[in-house]
Amino acid sequence: MLKINNIKTYYGNIQALKDVTIEIKEGEIVALIGANGAGKTTTLMSICGITPPRSGEIIFDGDSIRGVAADKLVQKGIIQVPEGRRIFPDLTVQENLEMGAYLRKNKRLIQQDMNYVMTLFPILENRRNQLGGTLSGGEQQMLAISRALMARPRVLLLDEPSLGLAPLIIKQIFEIVRKINQENNTTIFLVEQNANQALKLADRGYVMENGRITLVDSADNLLANDDVRKAYLGI
Amino acid sequence: MDYFLELFFGGLTRGSIYALIALGYTMVYGIIQLINFAHGEIYMIGAFVALIVAGVCTIYGLSGVAILILAGAVAIVYAAAYGYTLEKIAYRPLRGSPRLSPLISAIGMSIFLQNYVLLVQTADYLPFPRLIPDFAFMEPVAHIIGSPELVILVTTVVTMILLTLLIKKTRVGKGMRATQQDMNMARLVGVNVDRVISMTFIIGSALAAIAGVLVASYIGQVNFYIGFLAGVKAFTAAVLGGIGSIPGAVLGGLVLGWAESFSAGYISSDYEDVFTFGLLVLILILRPSGILGKVTKQKV
Repeated sequence: MLKINNIKTYYGNIQALKDVTIEIKEGEIVALIGANGAGKTTTLMSICGITPPRSGEIIFDGDSIRGVAADKLVQKGIIQVPEGRRIFPDLTVQENLEMGAYLRKNKRLIQQDMNYVMTLFPILENRRNQLGGTLSGGEQQMLAISRALMARPRVLLLDEPSLGLAPLIIKQIFEIVRKINQENNTTIFLVEQNANQALKLADRGYVMENGRITLVDSADNLLANDDVRKAYLGI
Repeated sequence: MDYFLELFFGGLTRGSIYALIALGYTMVYGIIQLINFAHGEIYMIGAFVALIVAGVCTIYGLSGVAILILAGAVAIVYAAAYGYTLEKIAYRPLRGSPRLSPLISAIGMSIFLQNYVLLVQTADYLPFPRLIPDFAFMEPVAHIIGSPELVILVTTVVTMILLTLLIKKTRVGKGMRATQQDMNMARLVGVNVDRVISMTFIIGSALAAIAGVLVASYIGQVNFYIGFLAGVKAFTAAVLGGIGSIPGAVLGGLVLGWAESFSAGYISSDYEDVFTFGLLVLILILRPSGILGKVTKQKV
């Protein structure tokens, strides 16, 4: 469904991604793990058109999408929950959710999806008219995922959803991610430093080091792999 | 007491004009962190277009208020087109370059537009027709507030209500607020940021044109240089209120208007600018982000 072939992305003269190749099939949960600064976030931003790669191919549903503007990619159903949630701080929870559905027209379906995310995360219902910036970290993450769902994603890109959250909240968020994948057949591409949790959730995983993919395997194999265990699982 | 009220309404009138122009500065700054130094020139162009339209209308014998509305409408369209084009040719190509580059480009556009009007029109002051009649119902309070002041106040209040509705309720407004708060995140939910920026310039320029027409018909003359002082004052108002903040621009405009009016009325009109800019310095020392300006905070 989403294929990335040999992309190279630069920040000025600094090369952040060196021939990254990743393939994600429809309905899968794929994890991308790696240390700080490995290029995981850049990979997502390259897919979403925020930092377009200088060369290589990105194919979505058979069409090349490299160089397509970010807002057009949202239209196609490629939706990202970025690192640090990036909730609009001065919009209310309700307005943040409405922003998620910015390109959609059908008011009835938008309302229906609004009700759906409120059943996934009931706390948002209570916070509806509160400003996004006043929410706690966990609530912001729930809002960020909900905002993404409001766009009816076909593939959902999650960047470090566990960052800075309490273990209990992380568990809850990961369960919801699994639920979104199972109930709506939404494809999930999960970027995480929390390798253990991510690989337990994922079908397959990629390991990234210094802008390169160094390992690809099923999530179970990666969890059992000695190098991965030493480097990322702390065992 | 009457004297006080006269100064109060005088200051309010001036202040609301400053506010109208300051909104353009603050909206653009809020979205692309650029001080659009050519904004005063858009105001001046609005006044000139209105003068030309008013001249044509007078030949056809229209009444004052009808001319004012027509001239205002044409001026708004022209100014909006100028603002849109300005962004497209002078600022958009510099997006992503160091912050100083578009600033220099803005100063360049300001000088260019002034000289353009100087060349195609004239260096002299041109008389602008008095388009606002003296309303009979204003007779009893005419020593405190005149008909032109009333028209200016009503127009600015209506304009600001419309602007608030646009920003709070419409899709474009939501896109603008989202872009202002986090431009890349706005892209990631599907906002066409380029279009939002164009819209911001169009709206800001339209507001400047309204101010230009109102002031020109109030003062009774226009000149290629009027955008400079108005621009500096309105920019001061925007900074005073907290640049980037829309309510701040309105408040800053009013504070500046009153400061000028009261210092001129009670102390000396020679020192009017000394007091207003002194006030600016004072507020910036005590509150560097302006009266309603936000101290940036972020939760991780």
